[in-house]
Amino acid sequence: MDSRALYQEMILEHNKKPRNWGMLADATHKAEGLNPLCGDHIHLSLKLNGGQVEAVGFEGEACAICKASASMMTVAVKGKSRTDAELMVQEFRDMTTGKLDTHAPHHLGRLTVFAGVSDLPTRVKCAILPWHTLHAAFAGSDTASTE
Amino acid sequence: MSGRDSMQQPLVKPIDVAALRRDFPVLDLKVKDKPLIFLDNAASSQMPKQVIERWVKYRSAQHANIHRAVHYLSETATAEYEAARRKVQAFLNAREERECIFTSGTTDGINLVAHGYGRKFFAAGDEIILTTLEHHSNIVPWQMVAEEKGAKIRVVPVNDRGELLVDEYRKLFSRNTRFVAMTHVSNALGTINPVKEMVAIAHEHGVPVLVDGAQAAPHLKVDVQDLDCDFYAFSGHKVCGPTGIGVLYGKAALLEKMQPFKGGGDMILSVTFDKTTYAQIPAKFEAGTPPIGEAITLGAALDYLSGIGLDRIAAHETDLLDYATDRFNRLPGVRLIGTAEKKAAVLSFAVEGVHPHDVGSLLNDDGVAIRTGHHCAQPVMQRFKVPATCRASFAFYNTTDEVDALVASIGRVQKLFA
Ligand SMILES: Cc1ncc(COP(=O)(O)O)c(C=O)c1O
Repeated sequence: MDSRALYQEMILEHNKKPRNWGMLADATHKAEGLNPLCGDHIHLSLKLNGGQVEAVGFEGEACAICKASASMMTVAVKGKSRTDAELMVQEFRDMTTGKLDTHAPHHLGRLTVFAGVSDLPTRVKCAILPWHTLHAAFAGSDTASTE
Repeated sequence: MSGRDSMQQPLVKPIDVAALRRDFPVLDLKVKDKPLIFLDNAASSQMPKQVIERWVKYRSAQHANIHRAVHYLSETATAEYEAARRKVQAFLNAREERECIFTSGTTDGINLVAHGYGRKFFAAGDEIILTTLEHHSNIVPWQMVAEEKGAKIRVVPVNDRGELLVDEYRKLFSRNTRFVAMTHVSNALGTINPVKEMVAIAHEHGVPVLVDGAQAAPHLKVDVQDLDCDFYAFSGHKVCGPTGIGVLYGKAALLEKMQPFKGGGDMILSVTFDKTTYAQIPAKFEAGTPPIGEAITLGAALDYLSGIGLDRIAAHETDLLDYATDRFNRLPGVRLIGTAEKKAAVLSFAVEGVHPHDVGSLLNDDGVAIRTGHHCAQPVMQRFKVPATCRASFAFYNTTDEVDALVASIGRVQKLFA
């Protein structure tokens, strides 16, 4: 597959104007994601309230695939419960590694624009990084909340 | 920008690029139905058929362990292996062949010196001078011994063009300076450093110098006696040879004082459980069965390059660099990083508003192979405040048409991201 096919309008647009850009001042959870191969480096902050993602913000230096994935992820998980967001992390991971049947019911919605990365092994990590970071942010909170 | 004054008469007979390209089977490859345009030569360069054939000949008719048995194959392999060492000696103009040690690559050679020299002679408070332009392989081994010995690392800064500040370098020397390790040519920016001058300065202070020649050996005539460096390391896979093989040149007197890097077979004179006596150089540093076929094939690669002539290779690459630099300077939204007066044919660049990784992927759609990332030179990236760059690096088999294809492909990326 040509990588050009991946650079669809929606991805280019989110890369140019990322949503939820900037770290939250009142974050309850934070995580950092780094992809040394590409140089992608993002910071993610969340505000969880009663198990709901009330607010989410990110910033960093990243390629278009990573930045658009992060931007669309923040839009998708805002207002969702942590459980639903974690389910999306799993589905997104499966999709980008070619293990999700996108024609069967799923919760990814427009995020299926990233399905093509499964054919571009060098770019899979770029697309997944924000989702790993989200997962890490949730997990970090677990440790913190036991105190 | 680069090398020669365009008014100057060419000093060497130009190479016949079209004829040379026919030596490289890989250049016929199609990527996504488009001809491969290989501009990642700084990472690994391609192999001509003469070198591939040498590899096949060794594998089909000369393979055996060396320096051990008295049978025909072993004698042949030993003779060819030692003949390859003489080719290395000639290529570097080393005084003696025993000063040329086969390693597995530049990284291995640098580690050999950091271990064999550094761990033996460095002490707490000693200082090691490195430069901002180093590849991680000429940083990390020194940090490791420095940490172990309590030594300190001092770093030569660069100006905005990516040139080392020799006056600052001079000031770094103190009574505690014990070693200098510096690259001949920067892999990230292409800068050709004034090695001869910097070696002379170090020697005024009685300090030995290791030169990382990984990026210089493929592109310019190296003369270790003229440079007067104490050590010089390079890799086979960057000089149209195989991976898994490299060379460390060292002055015999220093190599003799050093401790071995690895212990094992072939590096000993005699072994008892009370005491082992080490072999003479170079065997002292070649423990175990070496990559024999790789060394012999490297010899063929050096023959191939020398057959063309490093001065002619350098002249063609300088022309390519001048042409490419001019085209890049006229491209809006593209910035060159590293604009040294003396440069090898490396173009590091940034496309405004597009991350290097995206540029690399999209260029690949057009069959254009470049490298993107930090190029194992994160201090360079930090100095120029970029997370990564795109890097096109040329070999003598590249053409101005390929530069045009690169420029056109960048134009398409810019259009997509506009
Ligand atoms: C300047 C420089 N030094 C050292 C190295 C390391 O070479 P190798 O990986 O062959 O040991 C490289 C190659 O990547 C290089 O460009």
